[in-house]
Amino acid sequence: MNKESNMSVLLKGLLKENPVFVLILGTCPTLATTTTVIGALGMGLAATAVLICSNAVVSMCRKFIPDTVRIPCYIVIIAGFVTIVEMFMHAFLPEMYELLGVYLALITVNCIILGRAEMYAGKQPVGKSILDGIGMGLGFTIALLAMATIREVFGAGTFAGIPVPFIETHTIDILIKAPGGLMVYGMLIAAVNFITKGKAIKKKDFSCAGCPSAGNCHGGCASAEKEAE
Amino acid sequence: MDTFKTLVVILMSSVLVNNYVLARFLGICPFLGVSKKLNQAVGMGIAVIFVMLMATAVTWPIQIFVLNKLGLEYTQTIVFILVIAALVQFTEIVLKKFIPSLHKSLGVYLPLITTNCAVLGVTINNMIDGYNFTQSMVSSLGCGLGFLLAMVLFSGVRSVIDERLVPGPFKGLPVTLIAASFVSLAFFGFAGIVDNLFA
Repeated sequence: MNKESNMSVLLKGLLKENPVFVLILGTCPTLATTTTVIGALGMGLAATAVLICSNAVVSMCRKFIPDTVRIPCYIVIIAGFVTIVEMFMHAFLPEMYELLGVYLALITVNCIILGRAEMYAGKQPVGKSILDGIGMGLGFTIALLAMATIREVFGAGTFAGIPVPFIETHTIDILIKAPGGLMVYGMLIAAVNFITKGKAIKKKDFSCAGCPSAGNCHGGCASAEKEAE
Repeated sequence: MDTFKTLVVILMSSVLVNNYVLARFLGICPFLGVSKKLNQAVGMGIAVIFVMLMATAVTWPIQIFVLNKLGLEYTQTIVFILVIAALVQFTEIVLKKFIPSLHKSLGVYLPLITTNCAVLGVTINNMIDGYNFTQSMVSSLGCGLGFLLAMVLFSGVRSVIDERLVPGPFKGLPVTLIAASFVSLAFFGFAGIVDNLFA
């Protein structure tokens, strides 16, 4: 795994190992915050910031965190950065803070962050972990933006609050409600499967890799399978 | 009587209207992961109710009597997640020692719940909504029951889809998500139930 170039570490998060559509991590915020493009962007960037910082610190500390208590250590590191991001947002972007509400605090239990700490940052040098954090964070943001664009444009007839002509008067209201989120997500995963011809999806069974506890059940199937390859 | 009414409204709205899984999207991961078989779904659901109640019983006093008193509200996220993680570990050890039969049936699900966003979500939401202790406990019970209900209903749906032929790209997760969206649509029918409960 050490052989891969820095560029591929950065780029794999965007499509090949996109955390949302391929690794199926972080489903809760993906569904909950994608009703508006602005919300999705805020969520994506907040999670990216936490991911980069936590990846860096986890990687720095990987030599002296005992293996048996690593999960609680990771959670504390992540929760600390989430609190910092939360306070920053409260101070400088109060509207965004209101919009994201409880989901901001819930970045703590976002499986992408714990998953990357466990699968990647806990084993790799600092520089690579930061790149991985940037790549995965951007992949997450792009995926959220894709979902939010579909949902906001067709569901509310606006894009980032700006009305879209024609569609504005022919909206599909259900898309911005809960069922629409699940449906768009399902369709997009199917589309990614179709494009990658099922190659990407084979790697994981979502029963384990897709749960926030992937780290908790000691490595999770996803990392075990990757190690085996 | 009014207190009782409030409690019933909180319970009904958290079970049916604001169902944590289907309307607020918390705890989606275990919902998709552990709903393949009915008995697993029930086990997970009961374990979640159990942990939610315990977590609320512990985090509510901590927030009100410690964090608010000391002006440390901003450490809420860190404190809550640590308390939940410690609590789950503790519960597991206690159950293993004293009630091994219960540990056998719930034990596997307990560690999975530590990082379940529904548990952290319910404890934080109780604080945001400004519930008192009884209301918080009822709301947690309701969320847990709602989770159990969604899991049980969905495991039934899953057992049907898994036997059907679906087009290649839709196999596995996509078709499951689309089915979940229909289950979620069904819950829309409950939207008016709370407003008209005592009308």
